[in-house]
Amino acid sequence: MRIPAALRGDFITYVAGYLLALVLTGAAFAVVDFHLAVPATGFALVLGLGFLQIIVHMRCFLHISLQRSARSDLMLVLFSALIIALMVGGTLVILFNLRMRMM
Amino acid sequence: MPGSMNEPELLHAGLNLGNHPPAMRQQLECSIFGFWVFLMSDAILFALLFAVFGTAIQNTAGAPSPGSAFKISAAGRETFALLSSSFTYGMVSICLKHDASRRWVGLWLAITFCLGAWFLDGEVHDFLKMFHDGVTPQRSAALSAFFVLVGTHGLHVTAGMVWILLMGAQMAVYGIDERVKINFIRLGLFWHFLDLVWVAIFSVVYLRGLLG
Repeated sequence: MRIPAALRGDFITYVAGYLLALVLTGAAFAVVDFHLAVPATGFALVLGLGFLQIIVHMRCFLHISLQRSARSDLMLVLFSALIIALMVGGTLVILFNLRMRMM
Repeated sequence: MPGSMNEPELLHAGLNLGNHPPAMRQQLECSIFGFWVFLMSDAILFALLFAVFGTAIQNTAGAPSPGSAFKISAAGRETFALLSSSFTYGMVSICLKHDASRRWVGLWLAITFCLGAWFLDGEVHDFLKMFHDGVTPQRSAALSAFFVLVGTHGLHVTAGMVWILLMGAQMAVYGIDERVKINFIRLGLFWHFLDLVWVAIFSVVYLRGLLG
């Protein structure tokens, strides 16, 4: 039985995404479980690996593409990311600053 | 129009199932874009819960910190379950795109449902154990923020599971027609999105907590 190229391509995308996500998850858990780094560095590593994994998920599972069409969807995602960065970043900066001043 | 002639133009982000009748294309484009708007508003909800968690994490008021209350093996198991369910839902999408029979779609959908149930089982078990140990939301701001954040995600997964059941029923009743396909695409986006939120949760909440 011959497998059509398009089917194989889609399948490979999901398998690659799954394997990459497993490796990144495993790496993040390993950093914590085996105490590979001091807590501050470890947390930075975990955040970095998590960020990479989110990109893998967006690319392989959610199929957000930088090329071709569907630009309005991409704009929506990027704009939401900007809003999230502003709101989360702003909240953390202001409240940590407040805490520091009240200590 | 951008895009080459032999490659179908992408109508929306997410796996394009292709071969839609022209009358459906407009509706598909609108439906999926609308669903992306919902997902992004949901993302903002989660992001703000993360911000609340981040600011409240040190306010333990003498209660155990959220990080000291769970085990890495439980977090790992839940992560594996949800990640695998995302992959198996990908198989559902591929089956739909390449016109596999209803049986294949149903099989992968059932596996996705079981993995989702495995995830929820782990989470409920964790929560019950924490309650049993007296680690409850009313003890401290940090614990309140923890239960709201992780609980909101858990509720979303529960909603997703109900949706999977509904899609199974829709497929059984109507077969795989265009409208059912649109619903499958939306469910897929929702399910993958929940996995994405979980990545943030296990990084920021669980692994950070276990780092001490």
